[in-house]
Amino acid sequence: MIGFLTKRILQAIFTVLVVTLVVAFAIRLTGDPALISAQGGGTVTEADLQRIRVALGVDRPFYVQYFGFLKGLLTLDFGRSFVGGTPVSQLIGTALPATLTLAFASLFVSIVLSIPLGVKAATTRGKWPDQAIRIFSLIGLSFPNFWLATMLVLLFAIALQWLPPSGYDGFSSYIMPAVTMGLILTATNVRLVRTTMLDTLRSQYVMVARAKGLSETKVLYKHALRNCAIVLLTFLGVQFGGLLGGIVVVERVFNWPGMGTLAFDAVAARDYPVLQSVITVLSALIIGVNLLIDLAYGLIDPRIRTQ
Amino acid sequence: MANATTSGRLNRFKAMEFVVGILLFGTICLAVLFAPLLFPDGGTKIDLAARLTAPFQSFAHVLGTDPLGRDVLARVVTGGKVSLVVGFASVVGSIFVGVAMGLVAGYYRGAWDALLMRFVDVQLALPFILLAITFFAILGGSLINTIVLLIVSQCVQYARLVRGSVLSLREREFILSARAIGVADRNIILRHLLPNLLGPVIVLATLNFANNILLESSLTFLGLGVDPTIPSWGGMLADARTYLQTAWWVSVFPGLAILLTVLGLNLLGDWLRDSLDPTGRTSR
Repeated sequence: MIGFLTKRILQAIFTVLVVTLVVAFAIRLTGDPALISAQGGGTVTEADLQRIRVALGVDRPFYVQYFGFLKGLLTLDFGRSFVGGTPVSQLIGTALPATLTLAFASLFVSIVLSIPLGVKAATTRGKWPDQAIRIFSLIGLSFPNFWLATMLVLLFAIALQWLPPSGYDGFSSYIMPAVTMGLILTATNVRLVRTTMLDTLRSQYVMVARAKGLSETKVLYKHALRNCAIVLLTFLGVQFGGLLGGIVVVERVFNWPGMGTLAFDAVAARDYPVLQSVITVLSALIIGVNLLIDLAYGLIDPRIRTQ
Repeated sequence: MANATTSGRLNRFKAMEFVVGILLFGTICLAVLFAPLLFPDGGTKIDLAARLTAPFQSFAHVLGTDPLGRDVLARVVTGGKVSLVVGFASVVGSIFVGVAMGLVAGYYRGAWDALLMRFVDVQLALPFILLAITFFAILGGSLINTIVLLIVSQCVQYARLVRGSVLSLREREFILSARAIGVADRNIILRHLLPNLLGPVIVLATLNFANNILLESSLTFLGLGVDPTIPSWGGMLADARTYLQTAWWVSVFPGLAILLTVLGLNLLGDWLRDSLDPTGRTSR
């Protein structure tokens, strides 16, 4: 168990390091931030540019900047934004909760929809509910997330005027973005629940539960579903990256002040420290969630550890 | 144990998937192919007198017009070219790169394999859209760059699939005996391994084609991917955002075009997967 733990943790740390290195290197290629911040300031001489570079700290060699960034990471000090000089940690401190709460709301919507629908599809295999759910899932997989968001706005904000079209202000503003991402996740998850459930329903403990004369609801939701949980849990980890990526796009439609909006603004302003930190934090989160799920998996199912 | 009616129903459903999929995707491909004949102006003709005509009102503009009086139908049909070209080219590119990577990693194992798997880890941890933001910040957006980005980010899927299959195939008798009689590695890979990988790769390519169209349109929608002056579905949807209140149709039809194209491909991919999977695991 200890060996399994250390191996997974080392792998995760290694991946974080590679991601930060690639991102740091790539971002340095995007252009000279001094030129950007000097724009609109009348004539600038090379000496002015050099002064800006020193002030921003981009005159130092790449590896010095990179190790500086890594050192900062350990203390959650991400440096300051090139635009306005706000500490990056402060910007992330407000954007990350907006993105993460939306991610959890989307997961919640998806779980609430995909479990009952997937169980229904598995128990009615080949009959009309199963096929209707399969069609629903295929259509959901084909929806561009940003267009689904736009259509929800058109229907619920403009035509019916039930919900605010955009913004980040209380419960009602969460509904449309969370339903958008929730529906798209459900399209994948419903098939996963169905397949896992079909496997489980043929196992011996379900037969035993049925033979004991338990009600069908109890068999399905108490015995079978519990054993599906582990498969669903791992899949959640794989999905987490895609979910965050989707949210970054959908944030644009809803003017959601999350990590996506922060990243897009940073690109427009060539704001290295902000863009680099956004990508690092999101990647570290994804790696962290997958690590936790792997560890949980090992705890729940001892067979995994020895592999 | 599966009873006859259930599998009969599933078979009919599968046949329907194929028919609907080919109809949707085929119609759209034909329309896009013949777009220059159907709409010689390519939906660029500005007619301010007819601006914001609602759909289904006039025969000249069946799907209405946009804020500059351009015909929405002409623009949707012409704009499909970007999505189809990017989708197709990126899938072909990913197949070449990814299959080669997977074959080498799976057949030779060792350092190549370790390198590939770490690359997969990194790729899984970096959401596509963030990779895209960085990529386009360096290289700028264009059709070619969008295709390159999609190849770079999607080839890993093929590599993983192929690697996994090769790992099990290389222990099978027919490969072992080919090696025993001294067939060169190159011939084993090309003649014995590759044909056995074709099925799963085709399925993945179809579904990946669908997904790449979704990715391309969201990049263009965000103002990253393809040049915004070329008519494209994502670009039209980005322009339409300002007019959501007054002209819903400008936002609805390009999105519907994406949805139907992708749905057609997903239906075909689903059908292919069931048809090429003799164990029927996925279709049960």
